Parts: sequence; structure tokens; C-alpha cells
Amino acid sequence: MARSDAGKLSLILLMTPFLMWIVLLIILPQIGIGYLSFQEKVGPRQYVFGVGNYVEFLSEPIYWNTLLRTAWMSILVTILALMIGFPVAYYIAKIARKRSRAALFLLCLIPLWVSDLVRAFGWIVLLRETGVISGALQSVGLIGGPVELLYNDITVVIGLVYTVVLFMIVPLVSTLEGMDNSLLEAGYNLGGTRFTVFRMIVVPYAMPGIVAGCIIVFMLTAGSYLTPILLGGKNSMWFTEQIYTQFITRYNWESGSTFGVLLLLFTSAVVWLGLRLTGQNLASTVAKE
Amino acid sequence: MKKFGLLSTAAAVLTVAAGAAQAETLRLLTWGSYAPEEVVRLFEEKYPDIDVEVTYSNNEEMIAKLRATRGAGFDLAQPSHDRIFAVQEEYGIYKPLDLSKIDTASMQESLLEGVKANTTIDGEVYAVPHQWGTSGLMADITKAPDLNSWDDLCDPQYAGQTSMRLRRTILLGMAFAAGKDPFAAYNDLDEYQKLMDEVTETLIACKANLKAYWNGGDDLSNLMLSGEAVASETWDSTAYKLYAENPNIVFIPPETGALAWIDTFAIPAKGEADDAAYKWINFVLQPEIVTMMSASTGAIASVKGAIDLLPEDKKAAVQAAFDEDDLNNLKFFANIPAGIEEIEGKALDRIKAASE
Repeated sequence: MARSDAGKLSLILLMTPFLMWIVLLIILPQIGIGYLSFQEKVGPRQYVFGVGNYVEFLSEPIYWNTLLRTAWMSILVTILALMIGFPVAYYIAKIARKRSRAALFLLCLIPLWVSDLVRAFGWIVLLRETGVISGALQSVGLIGGPVELLYNDITVVIGLVYTVVLFMIVPLVSTLEGMDNSLLEAGYNLGGTRFTVFRMIVVPYAMPGIVAGCIIVFMLTAGSYLTPILLGGKNSMWFTEQIYTQFITRYNWESGSTFGVLLLLFTSAVVWLGLRLTGQNLASTVAKE
Repeated sequence: MKKFGLLSTAAAVLTVAAGAAQAETLRLLTWGSYAPEEVVRLFEEKYPDIDVEVTYSNNEEMIAKLRATRGAGFDLAQPSHDRIFAVQEEYGIYKPLDLSKIDTASMQESLLEGVKANTTIDGEVYAVPHQWGTSGLMADITKAPDLNSWDDLCDPQYAGQTSMRLRRTILLGMAFAAGKDPFAAYNDLDEYQKLMDEVTETLIACKANLKAYWNGGDDLSNLMLSGEAVASETWDSTAYKLYAENPNIVFIPPETGALAWIDTFAIPAKGEADDAAYKWINFVLQPEIVTMMSASTGAIASVKGAIDLLPEDKKAAVQAAFDEDDLNNLKFFANIPAGIEEIEGKALDRIKAASE
């Protein structure tokens, strides 16, 4: 009896910091944001409850176009990160020798020790018209004049893939590591080609890792702020930038909150859809042992 | 069981050490470079019981920060003169100033009166001027010698080599360049909407001509110094800094007049160190401090004879940029009434979203 009480107490004590974190820093602010998003301004210091901000969002194509654009580019980034991350993860988990695995993993981690801002500036130095790549191409005579590689959507996608690819690699490595090599051998023995073995054995086995990586990468990308702002050009719009603008330059917290709520709902919906399409669920992917 | 009960009680009892407040702290919310280390050091030397804590920000973030706390967390803020009236009416984040505690005699009268007129609510004054400067154009005169109007940034001969910041300044500038007076239209929202629609069209058409929109002084400096851009909309202080590095890059007041702003001193509603704040205001208005301040900010103090107090390099840059006519032609930003920023914001969104 005393034992179970003590167990309960230590559980409560252990949970307290976690719960405080979740409630005070995540749930309460979200409720505040949600509440604010239903406030309509009718005059100085006067607000009424209503859905006007949501109507405003829907009736202004610029806003929902930006949201769709952000979602579409985030999906593209996710796919690219998967295509780049998968071979890397496969190499680390299956092909590399045990001793070099840790070193390879570390190499992937190193860029993360530098802040996002510095990494974005790194890309700027490389890609700008008077930058390193343009200069190098000119000096070897491949191009006649300076070329501008910065300020367009491709740059934004490259920058984002670079920032998030690690979050794809980590879950993939951990899933692939658990795969027994004899599964592959059995596949080959039964006459499978490389492609069939990959499609019928490796991908299904790695699916939880793939889905987990995709969810993390998609959420990180859709919520990123620095990279799209710094690398994007005249036409690049990112939804988080809209939220910042509403909050800070427009003093319009109500509509900024609305955008925040919508971004959360929309990205959650995309993730839910992705899980449904791949036949996975959160428990089998992100929360996997 | 008992043991654990004791343990949890012990854990629950937190003794919060109340920080012994011998030294007063002056929490300053201001622009980058508006509190140079040297000035802070001299101030703390003169008033050893005051610690200065500086937070760098900009107009919008200053207001957002103070709004979030209803005017707490800072003891002195420095918003621009046109951003006080409406914000104060709406959010009440400042407290009235006691002008008797400020050395107003040393301030240039026209600026002082201008700011007072702009920031008086119910007979109470909420701000006094600190420094002023302008927004206008900047060009590398070896490559763009004839640039003299806001809409020259859209001139096809500079295609792909100009820049601007996609904020309200360029909207106003373009309106002036089209021969309109946006400030006169402030009181009629419908008319202002029409004017902004017109400007939006112009700026969307102009988009293909631009290299990029700049976001801050650093981007802009890189664009100009690398030669990637030959002309841009700019703050004069940024142009002066570049002039020191490359004398071909000069500030150009547009023919319709450079747009002038005055950064002010305002005390947040829940400021806790008013006396220290007044001390800071009077301290930085002293001539020798003004020179140090201007060296750091590139802006001109609103004290009498301020241009003579500029450090030599800045004085040269100002003289290269402005003549007497330009100074008389300055357009001071007018108070922004409610509803205007909504219209401008939508216009900016439309410009950003438009494809070339």
C-alpha cells in the first residue's frame, strides 16, 4: 500500500515540470490565441465576440493563397528531404561499418550546432550575385557575367531542405537500424530484384520512420520564419511572415491570432491526411519505441 | 508516507530572494545605436546609482512590447512622433510628461512644438523630440547620376538594380511622386483608399524593375556596397554610413521632399524610474553627448545648432545631401489616424503577393 502511494507521488512529482511546461507554455497561450481570434474590433478599445476575423481571412485571396503556397512548398521540402535523407540514412544504418556510424551521424549533426540565422547568412554569402558561387563560375569561365542565385523560391526550398533534412535522417536511421539483414537476404533468395526488395521489404519496414520524419519536417518547415524571409525574393510569401505582420506592423493581434489558429489547424489536417493515406497512426510512428 | 509528505512540503516552500534594490535601473527601449556604450558609460559615471539596461527595437515592436504589458517593463521608450497619438488613444501605454523636468530650452523650437502638437491628448503632452532624420533616396552617382524622384526607382534604365523597403514610407513617397499629398488625404479614408489603389498599381508595375526588397540596414548596405543595386529608397543615416565607405554613394532628397521623422522620448504608463528617465533625456541633450550620439546614429539631434554638433564625417555627408531648399522642403510624417494603417497594410500585401 505504502509502496503504491510512494509510486504515485513520485509519478506526480516527475510529471509536474512536464505538466507545467505543457499547461503554462503551450495550452494556456493557445487558449489565449484562440480566444483572441474570436474578438472583433468595433472601435478604439472596444471588441465584440464573433467570427469576423475568419470571414476576413476567407474573403481575402492573398491570405489563403499564402497559406496554400506555404503548405505546398512545405510538402515539396518534405518530399525532397525524404529523397535526400533516405539514402543517407540507409547508408548510415545498413552499409557503413559499425565504427564509422557514429562519426557519420556526428557529421550530420554538426550543422545544427550553428544557429539558423548564421546558416541562412551562409547561403546568402554563397548565392548572391557578387557571392562565392557566382564568382567561382565566372572565374572558370562557365558564365559570362554575374548570376543572381538568391531571392527566389528555389533558394528558399534549398535552404529549408538543408535546415530540416537532419530531422528526416534521425528517425529513418533509428528505424532502419532495427531491420534484420536476413530479411533482405531472404528477399534476394526468393528472386527479388533490388527494386522489388526495396519496395516490398525496405520501404514497408521503414514506413513508421518515414512518416515520423515527414511529420516533423513538414511541421518545422511550415512554421519556419527566418529562412524564407532571408532567402526569399520579391514574390516570396510565407504564412508565418503574415502572422508577424499582423501582430507587429498592423497592431492587429486579433487577425494575427486567427492566422495562428488557422496555421495550426491546417498543418494538423495535412498531417492527419498523410497518416490516413499511409495507413499509419501517431502511436506507430512518432511515439514508437 | 510521512517521509514523502515532508519532502513535498520542502519542495513546495520556495524562498524568493527579493533583490536588494540599492541601484535604480533605467530600462531603455530604443533603436539600435541610440544608446552607444560610451554614452551609457558616461551616464552611469555621472549617476552611479543608476544602471542602464538597453533593449533595441523599432517602432512596431516597441508598441507591440508595451501593448503586451500595458506599458510595463520599460522606463523610457523612443517611438517616432507620428506613432504616438493613435497608439496612446487606443492602448494607453504612455504616461504624460512633466515638461518642467526636461531641458526644453535647449531644444529646437519648431521640432519641439511640432512634436508637442502631434502628441497632446486632453492637454497632456506625451512626447518630446530627441533626434530627427529623413527617408529618401540613395544612389551611386557614378551609375545613376540623374536619380531625383521616388518613381525613378522604377525607371527601366536601372532595371534589376534598384531596391526599396516594402513598408509605408515607399507608399507615401510614390504618392508624392504622383503629385498627390497623402497626408492631406489622411482624414478621408475613401480618398486615401483610392490614392493607395493608385500607388499599389504603380508599385506592382515597378516590381520587375527591382532587385529585391530590403528588410534592414544591413541588407541594404550589402546591396549598395557590392554594387548589386545602384539606387534605393533609404534612411538617410544608412546612406551617411555608406558615404563614409564609398563617397560615390550619396543620399538624395527626392524632388518632392524627403520624408522626415522625429524619434521622441515617451515614458511608458507603468515605468518605474521616471526620475532616471528625465535624467537620461537631459543628459543626452548636452552638446558633447549629442555629437557622440549622432556619430552612432547618423541622425540629427533636435537641439539648437544640431547640424554644427554633428561629427565631421556626418556633417560632410549631410552637406553633400541637403541644401537649404531641401531642408525647407522636408515633409514631416503626419499623425496616423485610425484606419490608415489597415489600408496601407492591405496595399503592401497586394504588392508583395502580385506576380511580376
